[in-house]
Amino acid sequence: MDVHDHAAPVKKKFFTPGMKALTAVMLSGLALGLYRMLFGLRAVTNLNDQYPLGLWIGVDVATGVALAAGGFTSSALVYIFNREHFHAVIRPALLTALLGYTFVGIGLMFDLGRWYNIWHPAVPFMWQGNSVLFEVGMCVMIYLAVLYIEFVPVVCERFIGRVNLPGVLGRFNDGVDIALRFADHILGKIMFLFIIAGIVLSCLHQSSLGTLMVIAPHKMHPLYRSQLGPLFFLTSAFAVGLCMIIFESMIAGRAFGRKPEMHVLTPLAKIIPYLLGLYIAVKLGDMLWRKSYLYLMDDHPAAFMFWIEFGLLTVAPFFMFMSSDVRRSPRSLFIAASMYVAGILLNRSTVFFIAYQPFYAVKAYVPAIGEFALTVGLILTIVFVYRALVTLLPVLPSVESRR
Amino acid sequence: MKIARRLFLKKAAGVSGALLLCGGKSDASRLQVNPDQYGVLVDTTRCVGCRKCEKACNEINEDLPRRPAEWFKDESVTQELRRMDYSAYTVVNRYGSDLSGKPYFAKFQCMHCLYPACVSACIVGAFSREPNGAVIYDAWKCIGCRYCMAACPFQVPAYEYGNVLAPKVRKCTFCFETRLVKGGVPACVEACPMEVMTFGKRTALITLGRERIRKSPGQYVPHIYGEQEVGGTSWLYLSAIPFEAAGLPALGYHPAPGFTEPIQHAIFKWFLPPLGLYATLGGIMWWLRKRKTSGHPDPDANGIEG
Repeated sequence: MDVHDHAAPVKKKFFTPGMKALTAVMLSGLALGLYRMLFGLRAVTNLNDQYPLGLWIGVDVATGVALAAGGFTSSALVYIFNREHFHAVIRPALLTALLGYTFVGIGLMFDLGRWYNIWHPAVPFMWQGNSVLFEVGMCVMIYLAVLYIEFVPVVCERFIGRVNLPGVLGRFNDGVDIALRFADHILGKIMFLFIIAGIVLSCLHQSSLGTLMVIAPHKMHPLYRSQLGPLFFLTSAFAVGLCMIIFESMIAGRAFGRKPEMHVLTPLAKIIPYLLGLYIAVKLGDMLWRKSYLYLMDDHPAAFMFWIEFGLLTVAPFFMFMSSDVRRSPRSLFIAASMYVAGILLNRSTVFFIAYQPFYAVKAYVPAIGEFALTVGLILTIVFVYRALVTLLPVLPSVESRR
Repeated sequence: MKIARRLFLKKAAGVSGALLLCGGKSDASRLQVNPDQYGVLVDTTRCVGCRKCEKACNEINEDLPRRPAEWFKDESVTQELRRMDYSAYTVVNRYGSDLSGKPYFAKFQCMHCLYPACVSACIVGAFSREPNGAVIYDAWKCIGCRYCMAACPFQVPAYEYGNVLAPKVRKCTFCFETRLVKGGVPACVEACPMEVMTFGKRTALITLGRERIRKSPGQYVPHIYGEQEVGGTSWLYLSAIPFEAAGLPALGYHPAPGFTEPIQHAIFKWFLPPLGLYATLGGIMWWLRKRKTSGHPDPDANGIEG
């Protein structure tokens, strides 16, 4: 289970011109978040009584959780199925998952009307075992803690023997060092318990996110109205987890001027057709069973979205991943992975606010500029923190170790 | 709940397929419904659209935004279809005309479902169903996720989007605290000059509704909306025009929680599925590692090079 040998902090300047531009856009997006906190949901969002869930739930939360699936899929591959070959992707995927879930929580705070009550679901006398959302909330909360525990060894590796706190805090250097050594020692022995727990928790809440809208079949367009929602969300999360690892590894590689790690990514991509194929099979089987194909030509945004997100951005990348030429070409592989990442984004958005077509809709919902702005701001904040952490901690494979 | 299993949903290929999988069994359908619970029979054929019910509702619910009495006399608001919102627990809408050409009105508010989606959906249990039939909301627990609004088949809960610090979900309380617990009838029922609404035991109201349909066959659509819809509602409707045209959609007889609760309770049956998955993953992990350390070649090491 020792993966730590090949990772090292990235030695790169932090504020490149690109990063400065990113920071500017990020801060203006986050300003909208502040505005929402000061002036309320109505001031920023286009949500209304008929469309209570919008962009922030569909993208920041549901898509965020799906795209963070790289964390549990990679740890399942490496630790459960013993594919040591993929060790190099574990830490970047773990960091992405950790940041992804952290920002799911932060993003949710902007959407919740009473965000300061976010801890209520954890209070036993408010537990509500019939609620799908309760299960999602609990699993996400516990999984977030598990992710931080899984990340402790990375911090330990960087700082054990090198603890150097600033100023007066310096007197605690030895104490912190001992604590880190202790944590590293204990976790080294029991980490597998957390790793398995992380996978189980992920399967639970990834699927249950897909159960959320099952309670309102009357409001869902027939193409997105299925009791198999949880199975769709789970199987698509498996597939997008690996796509996200490829997507992110290539972007990070480019940002840091490295060559794409094709010796890891190509074999990883070979697994995707099985997972994506499973999702497509379940989805098409459900479609035949429910005869929902009758609605494919509907004059409704949901039918249009189905063609885009499923036809163009799910089935097409599936065939791309089937081709070994695509898997070997960095460019094609990146395109295929990006396509399915976009497919998931549109799929989750469709489920939560496009295929959702309430009977009494007085006013259609189109996300407001402010909603988009905060979403972009949060995504860029993840990029910002990711870059900061990989320059500080041994996450990405060290350039030397690849020679 | 036999009724709940007798499924009928027009145009809903998907729902019926889905229902075969869950068979209508759920916590919701095992819940005991108090046979003595109250209800209200709304005979929309009698409604003249005077909005006195809206006025009475605003008066008794003092935490709703205050409206001047004159505003409720303005019948022109019924020219557009309205829904309940942060400022009103009930609205009267106009739905064209009846067969004789007389304007047709219908009043809406929370239906107070027998198997409420909001109660099942709420992440913190801020909604509860009282034995007397009222479905009520406790803002103190609420985290403001608005999943209740997405879940409600009638789209009843509304939200105070403009309230910055402590927004509440707003919906009809059945006058639970203001009237029912004191032995009174809901304010709107009392205020109605046309006796559109009849308050009473739900079972008695169903008998009354059937009686009215039987006595004047041409006057009513022969159906009590809410007797079986979504598993039954405390508020029941009679209509002269098709219910869908009067703003009451065909929702089938299956309770909304019956779609999700069977899934949730299957996944967490005695926590066996999660624990089973945990044990299985642990087993695979242990077995693959043992096999590897005992010197067998790893079959996965080959053939994954793309």
